[in-house]
Amino acid sequence: MNKPLRRIAIFCGILMLALMVRTNYLQYVRADELNTRDENRRIRIERYAHERGNIIVDGKAVTGSVETNGSDFKYKRVWKDGPLWAPVTGYSSQAFDSSQLENLEDGILTGNSDQLFFNRTLGMFTGEKKQGGNVVTTLNGAAQKAAFKGLGDKKGAVVALDPQTGAILALASTPSYDPSVFAGNSNKDSEAREKLLKDKDKPMLNRALRETYPPGSTFKVVTAAAALENGLYDDIDAKTDSPLPWTLPQTTVPLQNEGNIPCENASLREALRWSCNTVFGKMSDDLGNKKMIEQTDKFGFNKEVFTPVRADASIYPEDNKPQNAMAGIGQASNRTTPLQMAMVASAIANDGKLMQPYMVAKRQAPNLDDIYTAEPEELSRALSGENAQKVQQMMETVVKDGTGTRAQIPGVTVGGKTGTAQHGLNNSEKPYAWFISYAKTDNGSPVAVAVVVEDGNANRDDISGGGLAAPIARDVMKAVIDSKQ
Amino acid sequence: MSVVTNTTTIGAIDAPSRRNTELMMLVFAIAISVFAYANVGLALDGSLPSGMFGYGAGLILLGGVAHLVVRKFAPYADPLLLPLATLLNGLGLVLIWRLDQSPRLIQRAEQLYGAYSPDAPKQLLYSAIGVAFFVAVLMILKDHRILQRYTYISMVAALILLIIPMFFPAVNGAKIWISLGPFSIQPGEFAKILIAVFFSGYLMVKRDALALASRRFMGIYLPRGRDLGPIITIWALSILILVFETDLGTSLLFFGMFVVMLYVATERTSWIVFGLLMSAVGAVGVASFESHVQQRVSAWLDPFSAETWAQSDQLGQSLMAFASGGTLGTGLGQGHSDLIMFAANADFILSTVGEELGLAGMMAVLLVYALIVERGVRTSLAARDPFGKLLAIGLSGAFAIQIFVVAGGVMGLIPLSGMTMPFLAYGGSSVLANWALIAILIRISDTARRPAPTPSPSTDAEMTQVVRP
Repeated sequence: MNKPLRRIAIFCGILMLALMVRTNYLQYVRADELNTRDENRRIRIERYAHERGNIIVDGKAVTGSVETNGSDFKYKRVWKDGPLWAPVTGYSSQAFDSSQLENLEDGILTGNSDQLFFNRTLGMFTGEKKQGGNVVTTLNGAAQKAAFKGLGDKKGAVVALDPQTGAILALASTPSYDPSVFAGNSNKDSEAREKLLKDKDKPMLNRALRETYPPGSTFKVVTAAAALENGLYDDIDAKTDSPLPWTLPQTTVPLQNEGNIPCENASLREALRWSCNTVFGKMSDDLGNKKMIEQTDKFGFNKEVFTPVRADASIYPEDNKPQNAMAGIGQASNRTTPLQMAMVASAIANDGKLMQPYMVAKRQAPNLDDIYTAEPEELSRALSGENAQKVQQMMETVVKDGTGTRAQIPGVTVGGKTGTAQHGLNNSEKPYAWFISYAKTDNGSPVAVAVVVEDGNANRDDISGGGLAAPIARDVMKAVIDSKQ
Repeated sequence: MSVVTNTTTIGAIDAPSRRNTELMMLVFAIAISVFAYANVGLALDGSLPSGMFGYGAGLILLGGVAHLVVRKFAPYADPLLLPLATLLNGLGLVLIWRLDQSPRLIQRAEQLYGAYSPDAPKQLLYSAIGVAFFVAVLMILKDHRILQRYTYISMVAALILLIIPMFFPAVNGAKIWISLGPFSIQPGEFAKILIAVFFSGYLMVKRDALALASRRFMGIYLPRGRDLGPIITIWALSILILVFETDLGTSLLFFGMFVVMLYVATERTSWIVFGLLMSAVGAVGVASFESHVQQRVSAWLDPFSAETWAQSDQLGQSLMAFASGGTLGTGLGQGHSDLIMFAANADFILSTVGEELGLAGMMAVLLVYALIVERGVRTSLAARDPFGKLLAIGLSGAFAIQIFVVAGGVMGLIPLSGMTMPFLAYGGSSVLANWALIAILIRISDTARRPAPTPSPSTDAEMTQVVRP
């Protein structure tokens, strides 16, 4: 009986071996995959087991942590001025995960990042409590507050950039929400979140990055840049070939101007000053769809932007001739994010050089050592320096004695462009009021802004962008300039 | 007498009893458990647990009594079986005690039953009864061959034990429990031993008929129809258990044990082929209409699918517990294996080992189990009588299959089935039955290693030499 016995012994050995192989496979090979599963509650337990690091603006934390009890999560995230900073920080909830910076910088904030490996290892020996690192943002508190205050109870968004570096200085979206109300995991938290999700004003939508609007007349600066870059026109004060009325190509529909403005054969400068639809519509048609797309690509359209928070792609569409002419004045299916229009303004203000927008200036270890410092990065060359200066002159005229006079700041050169984008079928809904601008001092331009207000309440194209959005842009620019002094 | 350095188990002459080795190993096993206990207390509260000396003393008492009984009643027994079982029992107590402290499980118990009572003290009580069983078996069962006399009584008793749960309500989808007031018994655990006794007795008598009276067909030996009878019966029985009690594990265990013992008894490979074929047919057949089995299989194939997750997240939680342990584990008391919630300290106790002791701990625990099986198989090899051989291989084979089924289940290697890890898991019947199993193995190994009586000197030795002319 011993021969089969030995075989049975081998069989039992194989059973045990299979278990041993399996446990190795599970605990070593598959461990990473299983440890990062969404279902794995340990991730959240761990995330909230220690005080989370902070997100810092102007040297002060805009976030904090409080100890909670009654669940397996020890700490809860709190925000100072939640609605003001929510579009920047995102939320971090015990029950509902996290978003934006709270999510993308989770490794640093929890202290789990590989970048903190050395600190962690050191802490293991010194017996220090595990701590999260900090994320220092590029935002300017005064500019953010000015933007938020300017938008007030209107729906809209503001993005301010430093044209020379791409640093995001303000990123406001209204109506906003306070992430603190659902940071825990009680029923009250989920009710609060449910209420926010059901709100028809969509307070949790980040309008600055994740909503695309027709850019309206503000897009005319892009069309002007395309015309200059492609040699369609050279002198901004020379007459253009622009008949009035001008009929949209392949149709019998005449393109309307807003009111009785001097647009016939207007120079580029005058056309932008008065925001002539006929001039820029024809310009876009003359350039053609392909060249328009090429120019928008250079400004960063047609792909997502990572700041590192993802911004939706702004789209200049491939389209037929009449639609392309309309897209050239910022209508039709031309859609952009406020961030994108701020990038347009900043590229022009920075003599054509478009910088990659970013909002994380530094990452700090728990002991406040910098472990990462952002380096400004050139995204593309949107237009030549010469042409950029021409567009600047045109935009400065707009603010000096055009539609954008309300953006003037005493003692500072400001360039801008208003816009009122039609919205809804046959312009049935309230138009969007736009304003993009930049300020310039002796050391180049410190700030470029894009403002969009969703409920622009006006009947004339440019007055509303100028009346509603321009003052907000002015306040934001002023806040940046004042804080630099 | 000269010093004999005989290191094999099978030594015929003057095998050393190795009782002192056993004692040393036992001390070691208890020390590990006590240290583990201290570790949990320090990790959870930062101080030595107040019950530590109670549990330590309890373990020392149990181990000591068991050792003294082995010394007295089975002096030549295998020296490793008792320490290994004690180590697992002690570790199990620590793990159960650790899970008792989980706020999550306490909260759940209070919500479900309105009150919470820790399981570790009960398990200590069961362990004491288990060791009492062990002592009783060793004291009463002077020779394992006595069990041969009860071949058919064993079968009847096993059948009764297996059938009774059908009359009790299902607990969590499986009818494997008998509830008697505050106690619930899982009779399948005891039936395991009784069935092994029956098979050994039956096969010892019938092995020649089974092995030789067969026709050769396409290279394998086909058994005669009348010899096939009992096999068909057992196969049908295990399927019936599966169908009526929805007990996947136990049916697999019995069938596997039967095939193993048949093969050993008859030395015919064809039996294994038949066994595998029949179990495949049975498994597929049952799986095609039994929704409970289908659920288990689909949960095994995709433990994280939304459907599985809504029904039961246990397997997924268990897999994540193992992964979370990684190579070295989170440390006793510092994991979150209690996320498994239901049966965390019973069927799924291995997940706690995986999470808190890590891959290293898992390998160690699996090796301890493997060693018990190995000592069992070795005992079977050493046994001199066919009944003892069959019984030892049956018990150790069943032990190995049970471990494979349970551990494989919680690790997602095979579909989950409701059985417990011997000694480690919480559960009275399991602890009792497995201590009895170890006692029988120790009895067989004692008989096997006992030195043969010295042959009386033959006075005719010289006379019968060939004398050449």
